[in-house]
Amino acid sequence: MDGHVNASSSSRSGAGADGSGLSGAAERLERPPKRTQQRGNYGSNNQDQTDAAVLAVPSVAVRGSSASRPSRLSGGGGGGGGAGPPPNETEEDQGLKYGAQHVIKLFVPVSLCMLLVVATINSISFYSSTDVYLLYTPFHELSPEPSVKFWNALANSLILMSVVVVMTILLIVLYKKRCYRIIHGWLILSSFMLLFIFTYLYLEELLRAYNVPMDYPTALLFMWNFGVAGMMSIHWQGPLRLQQGYLIFVAALMALVFIKYLPEWTAWAVLAAISIWDLIAVLTPRGPLRILVETAQERNEQIFPALIYSSTVIYTLMGTHYTPQQSAEPAVTSSPSSSNSTTTTRATQNSLASPEAAVASSSSRSGNTRTHPHQNQRDDSNVMAAEGMPLVTFKSNLRGNAEAAGFTQEWSDNLNDRVARRQIEVQSTQSGNAQRSNEYRTVTAPDQAPADVQEERGIKLGLGDFIFYSVLVGKASSYGDWTTTIACFVAILIGLCLTLLLLAVWRKALPALPISITFGLIFCFATSAVVKPFMENLSAKQVFI
Amino acid sequence: MTLPEFFGCTFIAFGPPFALFVFTIANDPVRIIILIAAAFFWLLSLLLSSLLWFAMIPLRDVLAFGVFFSVVFQECFRYIIYRILRSTEQGLQAVAEDTRVTDNKHILSYVSGLGFGIISGMFALVNVLADMSGPGTMGLQSGTELFFVTSAAQALSIILLHTFWSVIFFNACDTNNYLHIAYVVGSHLFVSLLTLLNASELYTATLLTNYIITILTGLLAFRVAGGTSRSFKKFVTCQ
Repeated sequence: MDGHVNASSSSRSGAGADGSGLSGAAERLERPPKRTQQRGNYGSNNQDQTDAAVLAVPSVAVRGSSASRPSRLSGGGGGGGGAGPPPNETEEDQGLKYGAQHVIKLFVPVSLCMLLVVATINSISFYSSTDVYLLYTPFHELSPEPSVKFWNALANSLILMSVVVVMTILLIVLYKKRCYRIIHGWLILSSFMLLFIFTYLYLEELLRAYNVPMDYPTALLFMWNFGVAGMMSIHWQGPLRLQQGYLIFVAALMALVFIKYLPEWTAWAVLAAISIWDLIAVLTPRGPLRILVETAQERNEQIFPALIYSSTVIYTLMGTHYTPQQSAEPAVTSSPSSSNSTTTTRATQNSLASPEAAVASSSSRSGNTRTHPHQNQRDDSNVMAAEGMPLVTFKSNLRGNAEAAGFTQEWSDNLNDRVARRQIEVQSTQSGNAQRSNEYRTVTAPDQAPADVQEERGIKLGLGDFIFYSVLVGKASSYGDWTTTIACFVAILIGLCLTLLLLAVWRKALPALPISITFGLIFCFATSAVVKPFMENLSAKQVFI
Repeated sequence: MTLPEFFGCTFIAFGPPFALFVFTIANDPVRIIILIAAAFFWLLSLLLSSLLWFAMIPLRDVLAFGVFFSVVFQECFRYIIYRILRSTEQGLQAVAEDTRVTDNKHILSYVSGLGFGIISGMFALVNVLADMSGPGTMGLQSGTELFFVTSAAQALSIILLHTFWSVIFFNACDTNNYLHIAYVVGSHLFVSLLTLLNASELYTATLLTNYIITILTGLLAFRVAGGTSRSFKKFVTCQ
């Protein structure tokens, strides 16, 4: 159901971009604030950006969205590219051109995640020593014999990998059967655990490492704020940067958990095994992650909202398309007269239609809108419903108990004014294209479309990739040699670069782990075994090469 | 004393390269990627030379041998990265938003040289820096307290030299100027072998010579990149 709505909305927005580009542009010029709001409003509804089932699905798809929708891509570039070379070529060039930017947009978070892990490993000794073990690794490598350690590691990684495979397949089955609620519940639960329990452990060890005393109420207050903000920004909505920050933090935390609880050889074995699994899962015709990607493309949904770091807001913009559609339908059915009305009467009719729209658009808000039958407020909520901006509807919701929420009456009045003004603006721009005026809400779609086209070339990287990159670098740094850490870091970045290059060439979802992890493992072992003694010799004698 | 020393030495060695990175590289994604690629190639060369050093068990204590081959490998990889950059130039033209990268060939050589330099400086210094931050320090019981400062200064000169060398080397390969190529390889060998004297704490000799060579190489690189005394004057007086 979701998929269907999404598809229709996105195609409609595409048409809007072609047909009424002018009005869209004009609107954009007129109302910059709204753009920003929409951007901030990212991640509404079903677009839960979750993370942490990361636990279960370790790998995953780097996917240029450009690959999936070439037609929209070329449409977006249409301004400049149409002249000389054939469209295919320009498209590819542009893909590459933006590719370089997006490589950096991935480099930065990946580096940050690794930096966080490495800094933690080096400052908090708790995470670099293993004394407790995960349930999945029954063999603890306590024997001094390398052969015993070897088969222990092999057995552990096999067990862990089978758990991962089973979980992945379970996830795919749930996704295929459209059991979104179960998946979301699962993801919310795991991110809840990470954001509260593991963050608490982290905080505790951090304070212990730096010998900082802190009382429980302060710690609880901090944990509560941090965790709730995280849950909100990951699963519901929040500023993009905040969400990205939380995703990076959660990935780093998960990596630390792996580093802490996996025995040493097992960690390396798991890294190798998981990159092979990634290769299989993404590239073989019946690989589960490939099925996942293809199903998501089929349904025209966000790949899988869960385990993915996205460098831009594109899919969340599509998410805001979704809301207006959903809220629009009840409104239209309840007041069919508005569909033919002129722009001057629009306001009142909308206000008539508002209760239904309000109820339809957000169940949480319905009570308040009804108990405060204020004209402006109705308009307000209707506009919000129409434009699909839950952020603002949230505020109007708060206004029901404005004092309690700390908003002054003046502020809310101002809000009403602002909203009313905006509504008028929407209508005035809309009056230009009459055939579209029957559906007030879709006007917002062309408005969003240009932004869309620009942001569309986002590259997505599974959080699992973040985790295992960080595990590799963190494990390397736990031996206390910085050259090994740097070598791993550079190798992983180069591997990521190559993966993205292949992505630009092949234009399909690729596993991001194999190349990077292979490079990383090679450089890690080679550096710690061969390069390190050489460099130590050199720097002890102050010889520079 | 340990922590201030740590920060001081870090800033001596990596302050100028960091400034170069921030002001000339960080704004352009293509340059960042080339920088990292160059660092990767330097790592490969180091890996090869360490493998050789590791394999030659009887010669492990003779550092001059390892240094010599390491320099040779580094220059080979500089040539390889030159070939790669030149062969992907057209691709770069398509990718780069900032056309200066391809219009001015010296930018590519500068970026890759800086990549070489930064990674080599890091590898040389990073473990020393880690030791520097405490709890112990040099010069209390044995050794000299100048150890850290001189290491940092040497690392800075090596980082700058790598940058200059790449600019000269790439241009020399473009113009078949074998004299310049010989100069690059020769001065690299000379500088690296000269630092062998550091073991006997002849810091004045090594550091002074190294910095003289650094300045000379910098001047040569400036000339090669098309600078003249007049353009330098114009630059200084902001005309």
